[in-house]
Amino acid sequence: MSNSITTPGIQPGRLVPDDYATHFDDLYPSYDPHEAMVAADRCYFCHDAPCITACPTEIDIPLFIRQIQAGQPEAAARTIFDQNIFGGSCARVCPTETLCEGACVREMAEGKPVEIGRLQRYATDSLMARQGHPYARAASTGKRVAVVGAGPAGLACAHRLAMHGHDVTVLEAQDKPGGLNEYGIAAYKMAGDFAAREVAWLMGIGGISLHTGQALGRDVTLDQLRADYDAVFLGVGLGDVNALGIPGEDLEGVRSAVDFIAELRQSDDLSGLPVGRDVVVIGGGMTAVDAAVQSKLLGAQHVSMVYRRGRAAMSASDHEIEHAATEGVTIMTDASPVAIHGEGGAVREIEFAYMQAGTPTGETFRLRADQVFKAIGQRLGALPDGLALAGRKLAAAQMAGVWAGGDCTAGGEDLTVTAVAQGRDAAESIHAHLMGNGG
Amino acid sequence: MADLTSNFIGIKSPNPYWLASAPPTDKEYNVVRAFKAGWGGVVWKTLGAEGPPVVNVNGPRYGAVWGADRRLLGLNNIELITDRPLEVNLREIKQVKRDWPDRAMVVSLMVPCDEQSWKDILARVEETEADGVELNFGCPHGMSERGMGSAVGQVPEYIEMVTRWVKQHSRMPCIVKLTPNIADIRKPAEAAKRGGADAVSLINTINSITSVNLDTFSPEPMIDGKGAHGGYCGPAVKPIALNMVAEIARDPATAGLPISGIGGVTTWRDAAEFLALGAGNVQVCTAAMTYGFGIIKELTAGLSLYLDEKGMTLDALSGRAVPNVTDWQYLNLNHVTKARINQDLCISCGRCFAACEDTSHQAISMSPDRVFEVIDAECVACNLCVNVCPVADCITMETLPKGAVDPRTGQEVGEYANWTTHPNNPMAKAAE
Repeated sequence: MSNSITTPGIQPGRLVPDDYATHFDDLYPSYDPHEAMVAADRCYFCHDAPCITACPTEIDIPLFIRQIQAGQPEAAARTIFDQNIFGGSCARVCPTETLCEGACVREMAEGKPVEIGRLQRYATDSLMARQGHPYARAASTGKRVAVVGAGPAGLACAHRLAMHGHDVTVLEAQDKPGGLNEYGIAAYKMAGDFAAREVAWLMGIGGISLHTGQALGRDVTLDQLRADYDAVFLGVGLGDVNALGIPGEDLEGVRSAVDFIAELRQSDDLSGLPVGRDVVVIGGGMTAVDAAVQSKLLGAQHVSMVYRRGRAAMSASDHEIEHAATEGVTIMTDASPVAIHGEGGAVREIEFAYMQAGTPTGETFRLRADQVFKAIGQRLGALPDGLALAGRKLAAAQMAGVWAGGDCTAGGEDLTVTAVAQGRDAAESIHAHLMGNGG
Repeated sequence: MADLTSNFIGIKSPNPYWLASAPPTDKEYNVVRAFKAGWGGVVWKTLGAEGPPVVNVNGPRYGAVWGADRRLLGLNNIELITDRPLEVNLREIKQVKRDWPDRAMVVSLMVPCDEQSWKDILARVEETEADGVELNFGCPHGMSERGMGSAVGQVPEYIEMVTRWVKQHSRMPCIVKLTPNIADIRKPAEAAKRGGADAVSLINTINSITSVNLDTFSPEPMIDGKGAHGGYCGPAVKPIALNMVAEIARDPATAGLPISGIGGVTTWRDAAEFLALGAGNVQVCTAAMTYGFGIIKELTAGLSLYLDEKGMTLDALSGRAVPNVTDWQYLNLNHVTKARINQDLCISCGRCFAACEDTSHQAISMSPDRVFEVIDAECVACNLCVNVCPVADCITMETLPKGAVDPRTGQEVGEYANWTTHPNNPMAKAAE
């Protein structure tokens, strides 16, 4: 007999085959033209619009929505891509309720913002459905730039540099480009292999050569890149995850949420991907939500997401938390893990201390668990030679000819859209520097 | 519930809402549906002379202008008068009037501009026992090219002549329907009155092209690559119609001439506005064509509720606003107002700021945290901020009391004074 949601242990195939396709399909499908027009008509075209200010890439949102109203979604897409070449994935993964939609005046007026994210997706999907790449390169400058990391920061930087006429070499440690868009975000947000399609589309500008399986410090050194290229951009992301530092962390069934999500994203057959019956996710951010929801969608019977502080301190947005709750994830706050208990080398229970205002109350409780996902933050891995840390991130501007951006640097909230802004802005700075205009 | 019973030039109906002469009143089936829904009366779609009926185009007859959420704001049409045989229409009119005796049944007419044609058709209509006739001197497309419709309505002498024939050859009340495609609406109204018309109805539709197809480069609605101007109607034309109704209502030459108000009536409020500006009843078409006959329930209930709230009768409402329609030169130049932004209602969209800063008087300030405030020393009270604000009543106009100092001019707000006595007016009369 095949497995079901009640089969104990970490098991594949808990669902009937068709369920996998529906569970991991587009969470919010693209608007059709009618839906887009209805949604676009709600935009007031605010003066100095708050949504623009709230967007890390400062997309001219009222303008692109007006272009949708005026029947030119592809012109709208140009407005978006001019600021954010990852406008397609940002439309899917941005926590819009804390960014543009949170700032929308209709949120204040009616509690219902203009659906900017979905309109952005409508526009960008319209343009990307066409053949060809919309941007042309400037005349070649003869300058060469190395970009380390093919995530949103690195590729946004590479695209902007290529557009300015520079030749760009992108080095990526993983087998595929895309960074967290490819490996680190819930599948239902990036349905239809969108991350890979988006990178292929972006590369259509030309002038970017991509080399995968090339890790900084392992396959190439920073000194070498500085010697071989006119400039270097580091967009290496955060390669390591934080450890819990509690007994039992090495038991079978305990793993990082990041690894689980990456395995899920790279799986060709989700029915072959094992998941626990009783899953506990530790953490309060987007990664925790993505791991918890996808565990549930794979057929885990009980999924709990446990965070050590209060609801307000969780970095996952209200919308994400509501989504998790709707999918059946139990959300617990003010509980800090103190020990993982096993049997026969595998996890069986996890013990938490009740917390009050950040300190343990002295009381503990246990949750049954045959699988535990750690999602308590990521950090930089091995530092390239000669670079220093500031906190858990790369310190700023420490070496001539080297720029950095994305999650590995401070200033953002580990959001795709922030990484894109930093990559783009670094490209403009590199361009100005290379062309002798300061920078 | 206020009594909505209407008596317009002796034609009685249970409410003052008639369906205008148009596609909704082209045949018994539609009209019976309208009466079942509660409409007070109809003006049957225009009949032509005996003989082969006119033909219509077989492509699109309508073009449109939309607002947000594709709300229909303006409609235009290139449909002609009824294309059904005269006998069929007359038989149905007679039947419907017999079955619905309490409803107004007016028959719209358009025949060639000779006395015999009018005499003939009037005799046929009288046999139906309809309540009255409406002379279609307004239709701006197709029929006008054949010397009828607005081709007559644009020549006051023709209006007077035809109206005289109609009154001479018929006992029926006669309403003359006016075209707005004319420089001064008072002239045809005066002509109708001279010819003996019992009332005028207005406006008929306005010459228009609703849009241009940018692929085929033809006007819409497009027939085989070509387009012809059509008649524009719907909410977009209401302001034009209100003004024309008011012009006739306040013109001493036509004062007291009953008016049937037409043009963009969509809700009870629109109807009340037409009535207040001097109309005795209203005719509706586009709203019914957009939403169906069911809107009559809102139209009647709304007007009734309004009259109850005002403690007013329908007759008292009619013409109530006419004395307040005046000429610009008599407006009080010492009436000073200032815009006021209600910060509790403001949603910080900044449209008032953009409008004032870019296109008006730089009289609204914007703080870094998006608080918008009126600068009284600059505000000329143009009302643009009120008009562009998406939140109703968020920005209002506050009247400065007499004796207050207007911070813009440094002048005290004085007594009523208008342009006719203003020192800047070279034609000024001495102040009294």
